[in-house]
Amino acid sequence: MEHTVAHEEQNGGAVKEIIKVTIILSVLTVVELILGFWMMGMPLDSNMRLGIKGAIIILMMAKAFYIVGYFMHLKHEIKNLIMTIVVPLALFAWFIIAFLYDGNSFRHLRNTYDPHFKAQQYIQAPKKEEGKIEKKEEKKEEAPKTEEKKTVE
Amino acid sequence: MSTTTVTPTKLWSGGKSPFNVEYGKLMMWYFLMSDAFTFGAFLISYGTIRFSTNGWPNPNEVFKSYPFAGESTHAPLVFVSIMTFILIISSVTMVLAVHAGHNMDKKKVVKYLIWTILGGLAFLSCQAWEWNHLHNEGAWWGHNPFVNADGTASSTNFTNYFFTITGFHGFHVFSGVIINIIMLIMTLLDKFEKRGHYLMIEKAGLYWHFVDLVWVFVFTCFYLV
Repeated sequence: MEHTVAHEEQNGGAVKEIIKVTIILSVLTVVELILGFWMMGMPLDSNMRLGIKGAIIILMMAKAFYIVGYFMHLKHEIKNLIMTIVVPLALFAWFIIAFLYDGNSFRHLRNTYDPHFKAQQYIQAPKKEEGKIEKKEEKKEEAPKTEEKKTVE
Repeated sequence: MSTTTVTPTKLWSGGKSPFNVEYGKLMMWYFLMSDAFTFGAFLISYGTIRFSTNGWPNPNEVFKSYPFAGESTHAPLVFVSIMTFILIISSVTMVLAVHAGHNMDKKKVVKYLIWTILGGLAFLSCQAWEWNHLHNEGAWWGHNPFVNADGTASSTNFTNYFFTITGFHGFHVFSGVIINIIMLIMTLLDKFEKRGHYLMIEKAGLYWHFVDLVWVFVFTCFYLV
């Protein structure tokens, strides 16, 4: 066991690395939460809010990098294994962007060509005292009121 | 990263493990990739539906309570932050267990495995409370008592996605806890001492970190953005 001395030195390094990554992850989480709290005071469709959401997503990616790279030890593996994991995930990023873009486009198209869909966003849900909102009741109420609300808007 | 670069003279002659990892570890990575695609598909589907609708409930109005709080508590992000930290810390204890395994330190492996299991159980309890709390407010698959952020009527997509994805994740946490308990029993029975290595703990560790990683994404998508 002539490696014990080298191992001990390595061990101290390994534990240090674990502590360092733990602190980094905790800090990233706290920053995400601070941004989340900060976002609460902003109006719902402001650009600032969108910017903060983008920042939170970037922080989330950083957390993923640290968890996969250090906790799951991927950073210390052979490059080809790293590629096996990273390349499909990069394609996955394309998957995410494509589908969110698609969903957004679907919303714009529906708002443009489906007047009923567009009208829905101006109808306030009735305030309830107790119990659940029944979807069927909602639809019956909305149909006749739609034209009236449109002229008011 | 100082990996010894061995010139692969006879790569296909056998006796050499691809990527220099054990078979079981590589298979665990492949399984985790497949699971990542499954969770990813769920989350992307959620994102697409959310992007395609005009209104969506404000998470700070939906998730605003914690155990033993009053009726009119408005404390968004508090409870879910606690859950996130529990899972991160349990991931850290798992790393320490794997590290102890590298040093063939059975006592430390047992200690850190126990902490990881406790962390997992604490997370599951928190998630169960959250589900129960929301259910008491009328939320479930097919029932959404919340309105959109802009006051319009919301669809059941919100609750369907929430319960399905957090349920799927919770199921993974549960199976991870079971796996860790089995690891603990095997460690106590000296199975790994006899084998001469704690590689099985490392594989269980990969699964546990994956569970933590998925939570990072789920928590961000449902509670933060």
